[in-house]
Amino acid sequence: MSTIDSTAPKIVDPKSPSSNPTTSASMQVPDASGRFGEFGGRYVPETLTRALEELVEEYQKARKDPDFQAELDELLHRFVGRPSPLYHAKRLSGLLGGAQIWLKREDLNHTGAHKINNTLGQALLTLRMKKTRVIAETGAGQHGVASATACAHFGLPCVVYMGAEDVRRQKPNVFSMRLMGAEVRPVESGSKTLRDAVNEAMRDWMSSVEHTHYIIGSVIGPHPFPQMVRDFQSVIGKECREQCLTSLGRLPDAIVACVGGGSNAAGMFYPFVQDTSVRLIGVEAGGRGQQSGEHASPLTYGSPGVLHGSYSYVMQDNDGQTSDVHSISAGLDYPGVGPEHSYWKDTKRVEYTSCRDDEAIESFDLLARNEGILTALETCHALAKAAQIAKTMSRDQHLVICLSGRGDKDAAELARLRGQEW
Amino acid sequence: MTAIDELFQRLKGSGKKAFMPFITAGDPNMAFTSKVLRRLEALGCSMAEVGFPYSDPIADGPVIQASYTRALGNKLKLQQIFDEIQSDRSERKMPLVAMVSYAIIHRQGQEGFIQAAKQAGFSGVIVPDLLVEESQTLSQLCRKHDFNLVQLVTPTTPPERALRIAEASSGFLYFVSVTGITGERTELPPDLVDRVGWIKERTSLPICIGFGISKPEHVKLLAPVCDGLIVGSAIVRCLEKAGESQEQALQSAEHLIASLLAALEPAKG
Repeated sequence: MSTIDSTAPKIVDPKSPSSNPTTSASMQVPDASGRFGEFGGRYVPETLTRALEELVEEYQKARKDPDFQAELDELLHRFVGRPSPLYHAKRLSGLLGGAQIWLKREDLNHTGAHKINNTLGQALLTLRMKKTRVIAETGAGQHGVASATACAHFGLPCVVYMGAEDVRRQKPNVFSMRLMGAEVRPVESGSKTLRDAVNEAMRDWMSSVEHTHYIIGSVIGPHPFPQMVRDFQSVIGKECREQCLTSLGRLPDAIVACVGGGSNAAGMFYPFVQDTSVRLIGVEAGGRGQQSGEHASPLTYGSPGVLHGSYSYVMQDNDGQTSDVHSISAGLDYPGVGPEHSYWKDTKRVEYTSCRDDEAIESFDLLARNEGILTALETCHALAKAAQIAKTMSRDQHLVICLSGRGDKDAAELARLRGQEW
Repeated sequence: MTAIDELFQRLKGSGKKAFMPFITAGDPNMAFTSKVLRRLEALGCSMAEVGFPYSDPIADGPVIQASYTRALGNKLKLQQIFDEIQSDRSERKMPLVAMVSYAIIHRQGQEGFIQAAKQAGFSGVIVPDLLVEESQTLSQLCRKHDFNLVQLVTPTTPPERALRIAEASSGFLYFVSVTGITGERTELPPDLVDRVGWIKERTSLPICIGFGISKPEHVKLLAPVCDGLIVGSAIVRCLEKAGESQEQALQSAEHLIASLLAALEPAKG
């Protein structure tokens, strides 16, 4: 059984990157107690400890098991359609007049987003742990759809918790989940968004933990979720790195990804952490303004605190109560962020910035009209910032955008926001 | 030695068991909380657990969660809890233990929180989302300030880990009766009595059972194997209508507590 006993003396290997006295980011994180530097850890009720330990154990076994990797790779290839293309957006690049823009097309995955990379991995672990039921939370509904898909594929019953506000603004995904046999439970408490969906899923898990696995959809939550979800999503960055070497003959100059909980960004950035020539830029939801309650940018405006089982940047008041946040996109409308992002922020490996609602909505047209791609509103945040950054770069430089999801799900909401007919 | 330690020493001497109601601070306001605490003491409750409302509780069921939402909806601040609890401190003999999510403690700074809570009149704290592995610092600080850090054992805790938790706990050991969140249950797990008995033989720390307890039958069944019982949701449910009629809410809570205390009587040696 693995241990998270932090009283155990730490073995310091002078050659290991994690004992490097400088603050440069290491790929050898988290440690045995789930810490990325000071961030992460495990702040949950005792009831969940055994299940989390079991998950650590099963995940460590699976990682080293070639059969597990082979089964997952096969699924990712034949069921999801991986590798996803790295597409040179030539018209957009020409229009912006700066760096060459490349799109890592996670939107072309089965179910239309990167979320499926993680749910298939965790569904396989569910079976290995002999658990018979799956629960999940969802914001934009992409993780809910990906969970419903994985569960339908493996014949597992699936319950998805979704904030009532998100059920409203992401209707197409709610319908898809139900079509695949998942039960969608709208959450009416609190702000009725992703944060409340996580709370409700955690509460379900408190009672059902002995036979249920909770497929957390982002790099958040108690150890080992931030590590495990990052690893499953790292297929994005690994492929992208190879594709860059093949297509460009070198690494890109910059990579931009949107950050809510931060799973597509973590999966994209992680394989590039030690390639210090590559600028990594994470884009949070800037909402309507900089005042608390108007945005969902904990890395930009928040401070470290505890939420949903880990220690990370969070939007909290002085009493430690979670603040309300706002974003036009349900998938980014979250007051916390994965602990590894906090680690990358403090080690300065990744630059974090934010993009306002209106900038994100505007950038939807940029790709729709010039490249024929409808982009998820979440991803539009990365797109908008990337467009600004590309303009400051030269034509022989290369910028990759993690195109984390497709925009069909947002068509109705976009029409409503623009006052157009749907 | 804290007031909680003294209480259990006294009860042990007389063969009695502790009865510990849980109430939510500031539901609907702190003046009412003070009033409830006075009535609980008058009824003969041994101590009280005061829940600090938190925006994102994971271990709490709908009843307690709703009480947190009401309190926070009325803009309850941490300082108001401390101030109001402190104002009655000299008249109160009944020890108080705070139930606080770690997010709140972390934001105040661990030592700052302990000092403020102790000064207000709390004798210890239960942190439902701080595992034994993450609790060393807080545990040391609590010892330094003669303040109890009550740790929890649950049905999913393996036996050897339960003993480790009991060793790290102070004041008493909180034995969670069910795998799940807080809230009344009709039935308690059939092996509960045995599991409590097992750990009781292996620790000198008082053991209090909580979660799901709401009926005199539960009290009669469990009192003989433990040192105290905690009742939360059933009481919070009685008090939830306090916004409409405080007196009516108090009376229904008193009625319930009196019936549970009566069920505890035969166990009083």
